[in-house]
This record gives sequence, structure tokens and C-alpha cells, in this order.
Amino acid sequence: MSSRGICNQVAVIGMGCTPFAEHWDLSLDDLIVDAAHAAYHSAGIAQDDIDAFWFGTSQSAASGLALAGPLKIQGRPVTRVENYCATGSEALRQACYAVACGAYDTAMALGAEKVKDGGYQGLNAFPVPTDGTQRTLTAAAMFSLMLPAYADRYGVDPDELRYAAARIASKNHHNGARNPLAQFRREMSAEQICEMPAVAGMLSVFDCAGVADGAAAAIVCRAADAHRWCADPLYVKGLSVVTGTGAGSLDPDYDYTTMPECAQAAADTYAQAGVTDPRSQLALAEVHDCFTPTELVLMEDLGFSARGAGWRDVLDGVFDLDGELPVNTDGGLKSFGHPVGASGLRMLYEVWLQLRGQAPADRRIPDTGRTLGLTHNLGGYPGEIVSFVGIFGTEPSRELTCQR
Amino acid sequence: MRGVISAAGYVPYHRLDRSEIAAFFGSGSGQGRRAVASYDEDTTTMGHAAADLALRSTPVKPVAVWFATSAPAYLEKTNAAAIHAALRLDPAVGALDFGGAIRSGIGALRTALAAGGPTLVVAADRRDGPPTGADEAAAGDGAAALLVGDGSDGPVLAEYLGAASRTVEVTERWRTPGEARSRSWEERLGAHVLGPVGAEALHAALVDSGLGDTAGIDRLAVTGLNSRAVAAAVKAIGAEPSSIVDPLIDTVGNTATAHPALLLCSALEQASPGETVAVVALADGAEAVILRATDELADHRPIAPVSAQMAAGGPVSYGRFLAWRRMVDVEPPNRPPPNRPSSPAAHRRTGWKYGFTGSRDRSSEMVHLPPARVSEKGGAADDMEPESMAHTTGTVRSFTVDRLAYSPSPPTVFAVVDFDGGGRAPLELTDVDAGEVHVGLRVVPTFRRLYTADEIHNYFWKARPARAGEAAGTQAGAAK
Repeated sequence: MSSRGICNQVAVIGMGCTPFAEHWDLSLDDLIVDAAHAAYHSAGIAQDDIDAFWFGTSQSAASGLALAGPLKIQGRPVTRVENYCATGSEALRQACYAVACGAYDTAMALGAEKVKDGGYQGLNAFPVPTDGTQRTLTAAAMFSLMLPAYADRYGVDPDELRYAAARIASKNHHNGARNPLAQFRREMSAEQICEMPAVAGMLSVFDCAGVADGAAAAIVCRAADAHRWCADPLYVKGLSVVTGTGAGSLDPDYDYTTMPECAQAAADTYAQAGVTDPRSQLALAEVHDCFTPTELVLMEDLGFSARGAGWRDVLDGVFDLDGELPVNTDGGLKSFGHPVGASGLRMLYEVWLQLRGQAPADRRIPDTGRTLGLTHNLGGYPGEIVSFVGIFGTEPSRELTCQR
Repeated sequence: MRGVISAAGYVPYHRLDRSEIAAFFGSGSGQGRRAVASYDEDTTTMGHAAADLALRSTPVKPVAVWFATSAPAYLEKTNAAAIHAALRLDPAVGALDFGGAIRSGIGALRTALAAGGPTLVVAADRRDGPPTGADEAAAGDGAAALLVGDGSDGPVLAEYLGAASRTVEVTERWRTPGEARSRSWEERLGAHVLGPVGAEALHAALVDSGLGDTAGIDRLAVTGLNSRAVAAAVKAIGAEPSSIVDPLIDTVGNTATAHPALLLCSALEQASPGETVAVVALADGAEAVILRATDELADHRPIAPVSAQMAAGGPVSYGRFLAWRRMVDVEPPNRPPPNRPSSPAAHRRTGWKYGFTGSRDRSSEMVHLPPARVSEKGGAADDMEPESMAHTTGTVRSFTVDRLAYSPSPPTVFAVVDFDGGGRAPLELTDVDAGEVHVGLRVVPTFRRLYTADEIHNYFWKARPARAGEAAGTQAGAAK
């Protein structure tokens, strides 16, 4: 398979992100307008100067009309994309590739989700007519399968592993408490989280992403034009999506301690970006912590920790705000909230703030001289995953040579 | 020689201790335990369970499936068709419902004994009564299946000797369509009317059988919903007390339409070759059937004897029982209820949904559940053969307890099951305590009703723990 990537060909020149919250008083249209206009303002660009639009929403609306209507986008291509919880990243990927191939000079990716109008707890998949044999488990239960499997494979005491998972949620609450846009801004200790009643396997509600409404947007242009709009743009170093076949639900060889699609997407993106040792080369990573076991396993799938060592690195604080590789410095899905279609772009928003020194002082990562940030966004369940990995950097070209 | 080629009863796993009723309400009677259909069982699934056991112990295939119940899952739509599909029978095998009346269970059996060709008679019932009432105290849930055929079809375990009917029009037990509870007249009426005709029917059957008097009966089962009538019939028959078959009231409960066949199964499990077994069923008169155990019975080994199923089972609390029967509505999880299954989608995948039939790729040998056209391993297209997991034991590879998901009876216990010989399916577990689930637990597939939406019952397969004697097959196949 060839995957040449578009390293250094496209730049992010402006971003916007709404608060993520239970927005009882804001509609999907309101969220779209707020995120889009914040992005226009950030880039100093007029809507008319954007050539094409990609709109990511999982199930809040259908078609590009849902973006063109509220923004009054006149005579432009507007496309709705959907790829489960990786929808926002997929919108970004389409916009970047459209610019990289020369079809457009500028493009916007906007992700938005209105989840709190449904009247039920949690996220609920849009019902497609089926034969009725599909399982109806919650995502929490599906991801909860990973903890016992991990404990069994690596011989970790289940209580110790449960504490490590709670430690991840506690870290993300710590970071989210320092994020004015986040849904949950209260610190929670790992001990407090461990005491919560289980709702799915070993997981409590505090092991689950916040369910929030919100929107986020990114404007991209050809890298050569970036300084027309932005003094300190981010350059796209690599983008990858790997979509599984659902093999984990079929194949007894799959053991629920890894998400192979994520590892494959990371390998592809690292190759595109020339990253060889992500733990030492990345300034920060924003990863898809939909549930605490997901973030734990991702530390290994993304190559930050050796296999079987992720839980120990978590306990050692490697991924804390002041750790060796800060992860989810904005609070992640856990604390920032998870408006499905917006989350991938929200991750990029944090990379945008942190790498450009704009994150609030109390959650700013230490200056290590590293210039790269990673976003990881997934949809689906262990065994059947859509995974996105992106790397973005402040240097248009640098010693890290893009290899393709 | 025509008679019973195979027989199996099905007693659902859950047991209600009837003393809980009085403890809960401060009134009500009843002793012993009753069998309780789980929230995901109806007469169709219980009928399938009995039918599957009956067919598994004989190579003889039926040419027809006849299903009788007083509690059909559907009207107008044939419930026997779902049982037929879950048994993976050939489309040329007929399927008929005998509907509504308690008498239809024994009636279907009598009709099959007098007919030709191997006929699978299935009877099931799920009995309710208003809390604290006599019906509730005596009732039970269960099913039985009898494969009836000729000696030319296969070895006959019990030869049909004769039968007789007595029909009486009397409004003694009744229920109008749509009503949940049945009603009955003062019990003494039934005792007066049905007791004597039960004896008359048996005597006529004895004449039909050429047996003469009741001394020729080694095992006598008398059943009916009116316990006074049953007692009156037993007295009028004047049978030896030692010949009376345990009516299973204190262990299973009265399964109504299924009970004559269930008692016959139970009696045949106890009987020795040469013994005669008579069944008298009291309902709107009486039906009497007499059979004689053959030498073949000595070699017959039921897969799951009624006695073993009675001895197994786990408790269900009275509160949960009432919730399962929708006599109280409990707060569901705050999640959207599932949509009705799509009829065309279900129809296209009848083999999977009802027969639990996946596919095995000929080149890689990989089993695909559900069936696939393109292989996960190697990518070969349209080179698969059907493979049913319905009788394959599996092992729990991982599991979880979901307290958030919609379920008719939360929480949902869910497991990734790896089947012996290949194949994996994520399945809901049933008939299980969440606390007893562990990685490595041996489980068997079971045909259940997942939920009902828009009055469409969504049938599919779950897994339940393999009970003693069921865990056949080695762990080796699952341990890879």
C-alpha cells in the first residue's frame, strides 16, 4: 500500500471551538455559527475567501445543507462526512487533501454535534433497519471488555489496573479543570473515581467521556500561502485513517488488549511525518479517551509505551501535564466532553493552542523545544474500529524529514 | 407399529419459591417451587428448546411440526414456523399451530398418533394468574416435544395402544382473546363434571387398547387445571396409588397445554420396557391415551432428562418474577428502546437469525458469524459453506455487565464467546448470575426472544452456562 501523505503541503491558519456543555439554550445552528465565526476571526479570513467546506456530524444532521444553511455559504461545495466518532478528523482530512491536490486554495472543516436533544443518557447510534441480531450493548460495556483482558494478558492485578484507569480519568479531570471551555472542571482523585459504582464491567460513569454539545472548526490553506493569513500557522505533517473489518468480533485470535487499527494508523502517520520515536519527539498528544481503558491501551498502540507497560507509565505520571509526554492537556473527551462530530477538531484546537503558546498558563505544557503534536481520534469498538492519527507542527520543514 | 420415537421435556432454568408469595403479600398460598420462563423466553422459544432436545436424540426427521399452546407469541402468524426455522428444518416440512385451548396439547398428540409419517408434536405454556390466587400457586412454565412415527421411520420407544375422547360443553375454565388472566367457575363444578368423564375416557381407551381394566396400567398420569377434578378422576378410575405419575406441581407447576406431554416424557424416563403408560387430560371433557414402552426404551438416553432439569435451576425473586410478567412495571435504563427488526432483513437472514448458521470459508477454514461472502482471512469470495453453531459449546473469552444498556431485565450480561472448532460471536448471556461468569466459562447457545418492538418479537440466540452433563467437548478447541 502506498501512503505518500501531504507532509508540509497544507497549513492550519485559524481555528475556533465552542464551549462543550449541555447547551440547552443553543441549537446545532448556533454552535455551527459560533465555531465557524471564531475560526474566521482566528484566521482573519472572510467566509467568501474559503473555497470549499467539509461538515462533520455523526447524527445531528444530514448533508452539506446543514452547514451551508446556517452560515449562508453561497455557491460553494459543502460536503457532509461521517465516520463514527472520528467524524471531525475525517472532515479535516478531506479538507486538507482537497487543498493539497490543488483543487482549492482554502477550505474549512467544521465538526458539530447536538447530543443533548435526544432525551437519553449517553450517546445513541442512529437506528438503521436490521435483522435484529446486532448486539445492543453500550459503548462503555464494549470498552470495559479491555480491562479484564489486559489484566489477564499481562498478569496485572485487576485492582491495580482499575486504579491505573482511574488515574487516567483523574489526570484528565485535572487538566480539564484548567480549561474554560471544558464540560467538567472539577478535579477528581483516582481514589474517588474507584469508589464510584460500576455501570459497565469495572467502569463507573467517571471512566466515561462527558456527553456534551459543541462544535469546532479549522481553516486550512496551501502551506505556501499560510503567512498571508497567519503569522504562526500549524503545518500538517501526516494524516491517516485505518478502518477495520470488524475482525475482532469474528476472530478468536483477537484478545481485546489492543486496537490494531490504531497502531496501523499511527505507523502510517509516523512514516508520513518522519517520526521515529513519538514519546521523545512529540510535544503533546490528544488521544481518544472515550473510556479510561481506551487511553490506557492507546499509550501502547501509539507507541508511547511498550506493550504491557502502559499502565505502569500511567501510574508513573509519564502522561501528566508536566510529564515526559503530556496527553490530553485540555481534559480530553473525559473532561472536555464529547460532541461526537466535533471531537477530532477539538483535539486539533488544543494542539493549535499549545504549540503556539496560547494555552492558558495553568495548563501550558513545559517548553521542551519539541514542535510536533498528535491527535488520535477513533470510532467504533474494540475489534471494530475506525482510527485517525494526525501530526501537526509549527515548522514548515525541519530536521525531521518527511519520508514520502 | 406407531408410537413415540423420541420424547423430551423442557423446564426453564428459573425457580420461584412459592412461599415468597405469602411473604410478599401477606396472603396467598402455594407450596414448593415453580418453574419460571425467563424474561426472554416465550412458548415459542420453550417449545423450540424441547423440540431440539427431542430431535437431537434421534436421527429421524419429522415431516411436520405441530405446535400447541394457550399462550401463543403471535396470533395469525404461525408460531410453529419460528420453531421450524430454529430447528433448521427443510422447507418441505409442514408447520402448524394448534391454538388457544388447553386441550389442544393432548389433541395434537392424539391426532399425530392416529396420523402417518414422523410428526413432531410440540406443546408449551407460560402460565400466569393474578398474584396470591390459586392459578398462580399451581402454575408453572415449560414445554415438551414428542416425535411420533412408525417403526419403519425409526425405533419406537413407546407403542401407541389406544385412545378415547369424551367431549363436554361446560364453561368451567375460560379466557377471552386479549385477556391476560384466565377465569374459572367454582372448582366443585369441574370436579363434578370432569372427574367422571376422565374415568370414562380412560376406560374407553382401555377397551380401544385391548387392555381390559385399569390393572393393565402401570403408570397413570392425570392432569388438568382443576385440581379437584384431577383428584375426582383419579378416585373414579380407582387406580393403584403407586401407579400415579408425579404431577410435578410442587417442582415445575402445572404447564397446562404442555402438561400431558411433559408428564408422558417424565413417565417414559421412569418406565421399564413392557410397562404401559396412560395419560388422561381433563379439559372440556377428557382425552385418554395409552402407550406401552418397548425394548428400545432401555437403550434410550435422553440428552437432558426432565428429572435432571427439575433438579437444576436457579432462584428468581418474586419481585423480579412480577416484573418479568409485567405485573409490575419497573423503571428501565434511560436509553432508547430498540427498534423493531426489519422483516425483509430478517427474512434474508433466516438461517443466521433463527438457525444460528454462519459460514465457513473453504480455503482458510475460518468460521464467520454472521455468515459472510468474503473471507476475513485470505479474502476468498463466495466460497463458503453454511455452519450452524446451534449445538456447539463455546468458552467465554471476555465478558462485561452492562447496567446502562436497554434490556427487558437489566443488567445485560454479555460475553465474547469462542466456539469449539472455530468461530467467535459476541453474545448476551442468559439464565446466569452475573457473579458466576468468568473467563473460561463453558456456554451453549440458546434460542431466545431478545425484545419486542412494535409487536414484533425479536428472536435470536444467546448463550447460557452449560449445565452438568452438557459441557461435552474438550476445552482444547476453544483454547487456541
